[in-house]
Amino acid sequence: MSSQFSVVGSPVKNVQLLSHVTGATQYVDEISFPGMLWVKAVRSPVARGRIKKIDTSKAEKLPGVVRIITAKDVPNNIHVNMAGIGIGPPDEPVLPESEVNYKGEAICLVVAKDEETAAKGAQLVEVEIEELPPVLDMEEALKPGAPVITKWGINAFIYGSGMDGATRPGRPGRPFFLVKRGDVEAAFKRADYVVEGSYLIPPIEHAPIEPHVCVAKPEPGQRLTIYTTTQAPYFVRDNVATILKIPASNIRVVAPAVGGGFGGKVDPEFEMQVAVAAMCVGRPVKWRWTREEEFTVSTTRPAVKIEIQDALSSDGLILGRKARLLHDSGAYTRTSPYGVIKATVNLSGPYQIPNVYYEGYCVYTNRQPSSAMRGYGVFEVSYAVELQIERDARKLGIDSWEFRFKNAYKNGQVSATGRLIDDAYLIEVMKEAAALAGVSLPSHLLQMSSWG
Amino acid sequence: MRIRFKLDGQDVEVDVKHTDTLLKVLKDKIGVGSVNFGCGEGSCGACMVLINGRLRYSCLTLAGYVDGKEVTTVAGLARDGELSEIQKAFLENDAAQCGYCTPGMILTAKVLLEKNPTPSDEELFDALAGNLCRCTGYIPIINAIKSVAKR
Ligand code: FES
Ligand code: FES
Repeated sequence: MSSQFSVVGSPVKNVQLLSHVTGATQYVDEISFPGMLWVKAVRSPVARGRIKKIDTSKAEKLPGVVRIITAKDVPNNIHVNMAGIGIGPPDEPVLPESEVNYKGEAICLVVAKDEETAAKGAQLVEVEIEELPPVLDMEEALKPGAPVITKWGINAFIYGSGMDGATRPGRPGRPFFLVKRGDVEAAFKRADYVVEGSYLIPPIEHAPIEPHVCVAKPEPGQRLTIYTTTQAPYFVRDNVATILKIPASNIRVVAPAVGGGFGGKVDPEFEMQVAVAAMCVGRPVKWRWTREEEFTVSTTRPAVKIEIQDALSSDGLILGRKARLLHDSGAYTRTSPYGVIKATVNLSGPYQIPNVYYEGYCVYTNRQPSSAMRGYGVFEVSYAVELQIERDARKLGIDSWEFRFKNAYKNGQVSATGRLIDDAYLIEVMKEAAALAGVSLPSHLLQMSSWG
Repeated sequence: MRIRFKLDGQDVEVDVKHTDTLLKVLKDKIGVGSVNFGCGEGSCGACMVLINGRLRYSCLTLAGYVDGKEVTTVAGLARDGELSEIQKAFLENDAAQCGYCTPGMILTAKVLLEKNPTPSDEELFDALAGNLCRCTGYIPIINAIKSVAKR
């Protein structure tokens, strides 16, 4: 291999290594400007509530506090990450006007001469909140009569209604993403065995060693430069443009080295707030999240619940699969509807299952919003699918290697979503894996290939 | 109050508050890039420095404490443009991905190897207990330190 290619098969050096070992790598936290001010947020102490009153008078009197920013300072107080590619609806305020939907949601911002003064100022802001019953469990959120926390009357994203950017608006749609192929009911009637499994994946915090940090600097002529630790500068640019109501071309996003992202720095989760603050005070403004904010407010990998039912034949084939997937988006949309699509289309795993019926729900709860993390959607599903495969094999009383070889995708077959499979390599990969793990496979498996 | 100290061999003079941490002064007042903020509470090791040769969390050290002392960060380890052995080993072993933990890791490794040039695995893991890395999975870092220990 390595003789044929210059990159494939040979190690590539990290181009930043030299600057890393000499301490020369520049992260956002090193960026500062003369006259720069600092931001801290007043955060919601409850998971769900109605804001009755925000009293900033004491905080305003604190020497060094320059300005307190609330919802009314935001030119267009509603956004969604993926609006640029048509996925909506915008449902998240930069700063909430009347309702908070997760514990730790920023209610208002204190801009001050330094970090400590901003923090002290934030403690002096008095917020009166009427606590409302929160929805914290996905199954509860979907039950009729559950408190509704979205604007469209149901705690789930509606696919096929135009909200997803892929279908025309105005249709009723479904509260789940549907993947359907063949005749699943007939497959279950024909089955010799039915095996059920339920799988839970908890939320996971990315925990990069570098917390979120951003500096926004107003420039002459309604322009703005944003230095931020981000994996998605264009999301930042588009969301900031939307909420400031200025052209995206007025915004320059500088993304220096990122001290670990893992998907946790894909969402513009605080750049809009820093940008609004900077525009309001007309000076550079910096916000450096604490480790606590990183854990309690930043996005996580979603919590996911997956239920699978497999229809099996006694000769070891998966005849059909039904699955129901719940994906916890938290309080707002962010990138979850897209994550659910990825998850649902992958519920067959790398296996040929001719008859399927999958429902994928993007569920809203009063938790910190979840979003991207290292293959989110696919990763959770792979975990469930591979455990299910083990269960199936046990039920049939056959070796799970054998079961995987038998049901692996082969080239020329058609996937659950109707795609012609022309790049299947599972059988070859399993042979390699078995060799590496010191497992000796029986010869009838070793003779198999993805092309026959 | 005004403090004077040596930072990576250079004289520094700066006004600090009694409550300022060394990390705060290095980052927000002087603008040092070779020290990083990760937690501010002694859990991650991204902020590590040497104070008169001893390993310290700068986020848990009051700035006033370094008055008259020598503070060394990873930026001060190279001599006449020549990287130190441990820096070279990190380079060769790909022991950094995002690099945010690297300054602390290298200083910890340096101090360990000065005290104990041939650490056992257990002593090595023990020494690294105060430094978190979220990217590498630690193996390349451990390999880098072992490669110096062998030489
Ligand atoms: S910032 Fe000092 S140990 Fe984390
Ligand atoms: S290299 Fe990223 S935290 Fe260690």
